[in-house]
Amino acid sequence: MAVKPLTGNYAAAWAARRARVKVVAAFPITPQTTIVEKLAQFIERGELDAKIIRVESEHSALAAVYGAAAGGARAFTATGSHGLMYMHEMLWWVAGSRVPLVMAVAMRTLGPPWNIWTDHSDAMDQRDTGWLIMFAEHNQEVFDELIKMFKVTEDEKVYLPGIVNLDAFILSHTTEPVDIPDQEVIDSFLPPRKQPYVMKAGNGLTMGNIPKDLRENMEMREDIFRAQERAKRVIEEVDEEWYRLTGRRYGGLIECYRCEDADHYIAGVGAWVGDMREAVDRLRSENGLRVGLLKIRYFRPFPREEISKWLSNAKSLIVFDRSVSPGSAGPLFLDVVTHTTLAGLRLPIKNVLAGLTGLDVTYEDIENVVLKSVGEVEESGTFRNFIEWHYGGEA
Amino acid sequence: MSDEVKQVLPLAKPMEGVSGKTGTWRVTKPVFHNDKCVKCRLCWLYCPESVIEIVDREDAFITINYDYCKGCGICSDVCPTKAIDLVPEGE
Amino acid sequence: MLNKGLTEIRFHGRGGQGAVTAANILVVAAYKAGLWGTAFPHFGAERRGAPVTAFARISKRRVRVRSMIRHPDVIVVLDPALPKLVNVFEGLRDDGRVVINSPKRPDFRGPWMTCYVDASKIALDYGLVMAGWPLVNTAILGALAKAIDFPMKHVTEGIQEYIGGVSGRKNAAAAEKGFSEVVCVE
Ligand code: SF4
Ligand code: SF4
Repeated sequence: MAVKPLTGNYAAAWAARRARVKVVAAFPITPQTTIVEKLAQFIERGELDAKIIRVESEHSALAAVYGAAAGGARAFTATGSHGLMYMHEMLWWVAGSRVPLVMAVAMRTLGPPWNIWTDHSDAMDQRDTGWLIMFAEHNQEVFDELIKMFKVTEDEKVYLPGIVNLDAFILSHTTEPVDIPDQEVIDSFLPPRKQPYVMKAGNGLTMGNIPKDLRENMEMREDIFRAQERAKRVIEEVDEEWYRLTGRRYGGLIECYRCEDADHYIAGVGAWVGDMREAVDRLRSENGLRVGLLKIRYFRPFPREEISKWLSNAKSLIVFDRSVSPGSAGPLFLDVVTHTTLAGLRLPIKNVLAGLTGLDVTYEDIENVVLKSVGEVEESGTFRNFIEWHYGGEA
Repeated sequence: MSDEVKQVLPLAKPMEGVSGKTGTWRVTKPVFHNDKCVKCRLCWLYCPESVIEIVDREDAFITINYDYCKGCGICSDVCPTKAIDLVPEGE
Repeated sequence: MLNKGLTEIRFHGRGGQGAVTAANILVVAAYKAGLWGTAFPHFGAERRGAPVTAFARISKRRVRVRSMIRHPDVIVVLDPALPKLVNVFEGLRDDGRVVINSPKRPDFRGPWMTCYVDASKIALDYGLVMAGWPLVNTAILGALAKAIDFPMKHVTEGIQEYIGGVSGRKNAAAAEKGFSEVVCVE
């Protein structure tokens, strides 16, 4: 065990190294580039026995690691922003063919205008691809979750690819101490790779032919849907196993911070959950407001049972989204509203759209929104408006 | 309520300083000496920031806009008669 | 200064001067001193010479916040000409510190304490030059350690770990020099 000061990107590269990936392919894009640069350095120095496939685009990067993974190799790629958009088609191919594969996404605003700062639109755009989608809060979680993601995706109950998202700069380029367990520890945790089939020479097999029977095709879709459901238990079990090994556990799909006695709740994904924790502590100590925080770790599969369980006695909920579906609302909000409604909960839920395009958000901004909004609920039983664009931060 | 709809568009007009006050990047400063200048215009042609202006005055053939000159030194490099010196900024 | 819990530091330099590296080394040193640290850059134009900003937070407990630092306790200025070009003092707390690379007492005044050191000269003396520029970031780290009562031993170790080899030793020596030569005035 060794604690190293690492950026989120280096933590991601270390995870790929410790997972002993055999094939890496990626195309440079800010803020992802230093992940693959670090991996190239590991390989160059003989610290990682892997091949880097040089490609001319992100679409090809995922296609290359997809081929390697289908051929039986543990493979890894990383991208973000427009790179992820360009890759998007291949995400469907990987998930649809049920090939386990792990990717880190350094989330960055989509243009125009050109912008390198964090925003969750690129990650949220992968919602329906069938990939497991996880959002990290800090660099340790980036490392831990990538390692766990290999195990979860290679579980026969799942056999789906997975993404770990990390925010541009505020994680990707932020240095902080990260514990990197020794290779033997990770080796004892990660079994040899398993996958539903291996494409190799001499083994006549085609994947993805035009279906004769559309019913079977639809069943494939349903099977992905069910695999996502099954992944929930696997994610929780793997989290517990990791805890026994490293002393670190994250609560599986979701963590509820200071929720035991909470009246009002806030929810979010990604790095700014750290600022939300600070806001919750201060709202409690300085304003006497019993606020709880739902840190949603996995967006896919979506932790609907857990959210509804925590909210069963809640007076209100504010969902913070760092991306939006124009013409509707924030993606996290939409899922939360759908599933709490299906669970029969009737509480006021508000969507705060903040920090889009990388606009800086402080814990004071979060406190201010919560104070104002919860004040409305205490006064009238509901929010004055249900979708609010919040610009509190400075650029 | 007004019917006027105003779009917020990601547009900018090409102009000097469109990417900010690049003059703050300068660590070395190009200084022009008229007496050595042979009016070849190479500096004007090569300056990547287009901050060299041909003024063709008695006292100066060119001027340099230091608000946006980033101090790259290309003008000094291409000048055939070394009529542009590079000096450390602030001296 | 470190006793108050969270210390927020903003570095001002130019692209190529090593402000981001200085902030990173501080995280390494903090961890060695039993503290938690985070460091992150604020990139504008990623160009040599362009003014750049980097941030560091040092705390007794894990740092959770990720937002920019609006009200720093300390500003560290790697280039003496920067205060004339950008408002390096923005948001600086009245009881804060300015640590600046300057051969003489700078002429700006404020409620904060000003600590100055000729980091350029120290860097040149130790042969720390890259592409013609003195690498002032480690000398200024030593000065910063003095200004905020940060244990110098861990700064030296941090530099050697982060940079390594002969260069690491030279940089560590430059930091020691910065520590001993810095002058702080009210
Ligand atoms: S130094 Fe560079 S930017 Fe400045 S005038 Fe010369 S060529 Fe143009
Ligand atoms: S390149 Fe030199 S000689 Fe030619 S116009 Fe410019 S300053 Fe004059």
